[in-house]
Amino acid sequence: MAEEKKLNRRDFIQNGARITAGVSIVGVGVVAATKSSKDKYVWQIDPAKCTQCGRCATDCVKNPSAVKCVHAYDVCGYCDLCGGYFKPGMNALQTGAENQLCPTAAIERRFIEEPYFEYIIDEDLCIACGLCVKGCGAFGNGSFQLQIRHDLCDNCNECAIARVCPSDAISRIPANQAYIIKGESVANDES
Amino acid sequence: MKNSLSKIFLFLIFTFLFLGVYGQNRFPKPEFDSGYEQPSPTKPEPRSNAMEILDVFVLLAALSLSSWLAIKKRSRQGILWLSIFSIIYFGFYREGCVCSVGAIQNVALAFFDSGYKISLTILAFFLLPLIFALFFGRSFCAGVCPLGAIQDLLVINPISVPSWIRKTLDFVPYLYLGFAVLFAATGTDFIICRYDPFIGIFRMNAPYIMIILGIAFLLLGMFFARPYCRAFCPYGVLLNWMSKVSKWHMTITPDECIKCKLCEPSCPFDAIEIPIDEKERTEDTVRKNVRRFSIYAILIPLWMLAGGFAISKAHVFLSRANPDVFLAELMITNPELIDDTENLDIQTFLESGKTMEQLVEEASVIRMKFKKGGWFLGAFLGLVIGVMVMNQFKMRKQDIYEPHKGNCFSCARCMDFCPVEKKI
Repeated sequence: MAEEKKLNRRDFIQNGARITAGVSIVGVGVVAATKSSKDKYVWQIDPAKCTQCGRCATDCVKNPSAVKCVHAYDVCGYCDLCGGYFKPGMNALQTGAENQLCPTAAIERRFIEEPYFEYIIDEDLCIACGLCVKGCGAFGNGSFQLQIRHDLCDNCNECAIARVCPSDAISRIPANQAYIIKGESVANDES
Repeated sequence: MKNSLSKIFLFLIFTFLFLGVYGQNRFPKPEFDSGYEQPSPTKPEPRSNAMEILDVFVLLAALSLSSWLAIKKRSRQGILWLSIFSIIYFGFYREGCVCSVGAIQNVALAFFDSGYKISLTILAFFLLPLIFALFFGRSFCAGVCPLGAIQDLLVINPISVPSWIRKTLDFVPYLYLGFAVLFAATGTDFIICRYDPFIGIFRMNAPYIMIILGIAFLLLGMFFARPYCRAFCPYGVLLNWMSKVSKWHMTITPDECIKCKLCEPSCPFDAIEIPIDEKERTEDTVRKNVRRFSIYAILIPLWMLAGGFAISKAHVFLSRANPDVFLAELMITNPELIDDTENLDIQTFLESGKTMEQLVEEASVIRMKFKKGGWFLGAFLGLVIGVMVMNQFKMRKQDIYEPHKGNCFSCARCMDFCPVEKKI
């Protein structure tokens, strides 16, 4: 009789603990669900905040980085003397390697018509150093910009470059609008 | 006159606004005569939401399968194959992200940062293994968690560790959990993800030191089985709590235990409870232990107070992990660094146009969060220590060989050692 009673007490405690545990999981779940979103979130660089410090090239868990230079053609002035393409103080306006700003020669310069040139980025070569972005921003329209490429990005739970970004330019944004491209995003920024 | 002035004024405002939006449009976009068509930048899509939902279903299926294999099928081999699948899918294919262990931090951030929205997939990854643990024990650890699975495969010659070492190591996961929540809640860092030793192996790419750490853990695991799970895993703490009260936990024997001792050495994780000799349970020891138990129970609030005091005192030191606090403090203590062009953080801050006062204000808000959080963290750790010390004198009744429901990973190794056949 005493044994049976003891077992019952044990069961009672077990059941009570189980219910408490269950209620706390459900509680945490419900509270977290009120702060949840069905959308998937991805990391992206806000070009308006980016200062091209160069850490995207070195701190991404991917090697080479999942950040690439993206050309926002809408903003481009198609300059002959491109501040993102040519080194400042280069010898001549020609495409020799010694004149190019890009350390990996990832930018292709293509003649369109007098006096306009198109600049195309080879993302396989780009290492996200941001030199061209800085150059274009300093002398031109700022049509080169750094963006996280989502075919390369692992979408880490904590983005390694977001952590070290000195200008807090990297944040989570909804995946259905996974890019912030100059010129295009103006309408979205306004709203 | 007045009217035209205001018109000019408005015009100027709009011009400035327009210029502000377009930033530095120094060169207008040309109009081409040659019929050149402007390309638009490519935008490779992220992994689709449907695939993320698929991950949740894979997790759900793996958890169900793991529970069924441990409890109904009682098959070690099945769990082994499931482990290999999990290493391939959650490990190498998903590259270790999203994971339930790291999801603790997302939940903590969602609780404390109103600006952060946790995605439902991550929430599901956090909740599902806990719910399964509440019913079936730690079937997540058995063969679903890729971090556990990769260590489990390398258990070669496990040695039994003295219980005082085990009990001391038991405290570390609480410490890790507490600090992970504190750092996540203050928006400082996700330390669980950052110091995950195996993610570098899954990605086959990580800083040198992390690869070394991962390999060190795997080598250690050959002798001290599953070192990360037992001595570090913060999610293990939550699973342990749930599993302790689980409804249908796996058992060593399919029927009644005959106390043959055969399973005793089979558990690489020292998670089998062996029967306690009833003869030791004299009137005298019971009385003594009950007294000690109650004394240590009374001491728990003291532990909590001491812990809270100690950690909140350390808030200045702890808050330096936050980049904003670090920067503010650096600039106050070393004002000459303003001229240091090499220091990117300071230079970027100076360019950003934010004033020093704003930065210090933000930093002090974060520091106060650390102070407050320190009290909670310290009280929690004090409670854990207090309960651990108190439990030293808990009188347990144990008359058969059973898995310790909290610590058992449901790996099903012990079952093969049991000579008892299931009665039909």
